[in-house]
Amino acid sequence: MEDLKNREPILKIRDLRKSFGTHHVLNGFNLDLFEGESLVVMGKSGSGKTVMIKCIVRLMQPDSGSIELMGKDITRIDHEEMDILRTKIGFLFQGSALYDSMTVRENLEFPLRIHKEKYDQKDKLVKEALESVGLLGAIDLMPNELSGGMKRRIALARAIILHPKIIIYDEPTTGLDPITAKEIVELMKEIQIKYGSSSLIITHDVDCARVISNRMILLIEGVNYVEGTFKELVSSEDKKIKAFFK
Amino acid sequence: MRLSIFTVPSKIEAFFIEIGELSLFAARFFKETFSRPFEFKELLRQCYNMGNRSLLLVSVTGFILGLVFTLQSRPTLLDLGVESWIPSMVSISIVREIGPVIIALICVGRISSGIGAELGSMRVTEQIDAMEVSGTNPFKYLVVTRILATTLMVPLLIIFGDAIALLGSAIVEYLKSDMSFLLYFNKVFNALEFSDIFPAIIKTFFFGFAIGLVGTFKGYYCKNGTVGVGEASNTAVVYTSMLVFIIDFIAVFVTDIFSSIS
Repeated sequence: MEDLKNREPILKIRDLRKSFGTHHVLNGFNLDLFEGESLVVMGKSGSGKTVMIKCIVRLMQPDSGSIELMGKDITRIDHEEMDILRTKIGFLFQGSALYDSMTVRENLEFPLRIHKEKYDQKDKLVKEALESVGLLGAIDLMPNELSGGMKRRIALARAIILHPKIIIYDEPTTGLDPITAKEIVELMKEIQIKYGSSSLIITHDVDCARVISNRMILLIEGVNYVEGTFKELVSSEDKKIKAFFK
Repeated sequence: MRLSIFTVPSKIEAFFIEIGELSLFAARFFKETFSRPFEFKELLRQCYNMGNRSLLLVSVTGFILGLVFTLQSRPTLLDLGVESWIPSMVSISIVREIGPVIIALICVGRISSGIGAELGSMRVTEQIDAMEVSGTNPFKYLVVTRILATTLMVPLLIIFGDAIALLGSAIVEYLKSDMSFLLYFNKVFNALEFSDIFPAIIKTFFFGFAIGLVGTFKGYYCKNGTVGVGEASNTAVVYTSMLVFIIDFIAVFVTDIFSSIS
């Protein structure tokens, strides 16, 4: 932890606020994600976790606050600059979000199409990404021919195909059986080691948090309630924190 | 709550808000159409899908349209002793009005609802968000290509449907009065003038544009999960059908003004 804090964060969020009408979802959220670490953000449903990560990739615009991604405040840059930054982020959606009308190969090739030099080596990159998730044999299948766990793996392969610096996981184990969920968490660990990327994981799966996190943030009522390692949080006597680990 | 004469009923307000949003959506379409990168491959794929998948439906509808229209009008024209007018009357009616409107309505049911449902389900399953996160402009990739494809393909489908309808009519005439195909089509082409064909073709581009625009608008901004997908598909059909009639009315009105001037 101390070692991390001496480094410059790769993602820095300060005083992030977002409301929907009179419903205040984020009320001054702060976050630092350092290079190579796995940061887990836990919170109840509706606590603003997904809103926060959607603000990071600018699928949503925050009401106020700053999001500094690799030194650039994404709330102030134009679309072209944002698109360049997006290539350095891999995003695993909760429901996998594979393109239904495309094969697995086409799904993986899709993020490459705007990068001429990477598109030229698409076959190599697609195979490499599929090998990383252990599903090379599924290359010509359609998403409707895949199981839930396979879909999640393919979505992960699509997220890492551009070798991103940050991988954002939105509830990576939701909707999966315990064995498949465990496999996905192991895979996330392997990928982080292989690619040396930083991971920001949104989850309410305690097992997932225990296995993968270097550091955790509990998000309650739109603010950081507490920050620390899994061990620190799990041994806390605070009632609100305890409720998460029951 | 105090009501004044300036209070607008919420449904009317929502209607005008939607018209405003649709106009902004159309404006964005024109802006994005002429900016790089151009998605030619996806445009061709959409053109092929829309044209190919609608061809059989348009053929069957067109054929039955020509057949029924000729069978229904025949007895009246026979009574009046103007049986020989059938090719010219049928061709002018089909090319000017019935063909474009009926085939456009078929395309509304086939294409507009399909686009609404497809984009709607892509929206609720976060596929559109995934595209955006990967650095691709989903509006350009999904919306612009589909609107351009409908604008190009619906006129072609309508022309094809008109031709099949005339073929259906010719078959009826051949069976009922022994009129040869050559004579039938001779009469058809003698009756049709540039002023019949040109305005009819121009309005089909507007039909195609409306079909693509409303379908993509409803799908792209779909909300409320799977219920929203059904709603997007359904409202796309209702709104586009209405728009087809409105465009047709305007086209007939404008053509009438031009023909009275000339």
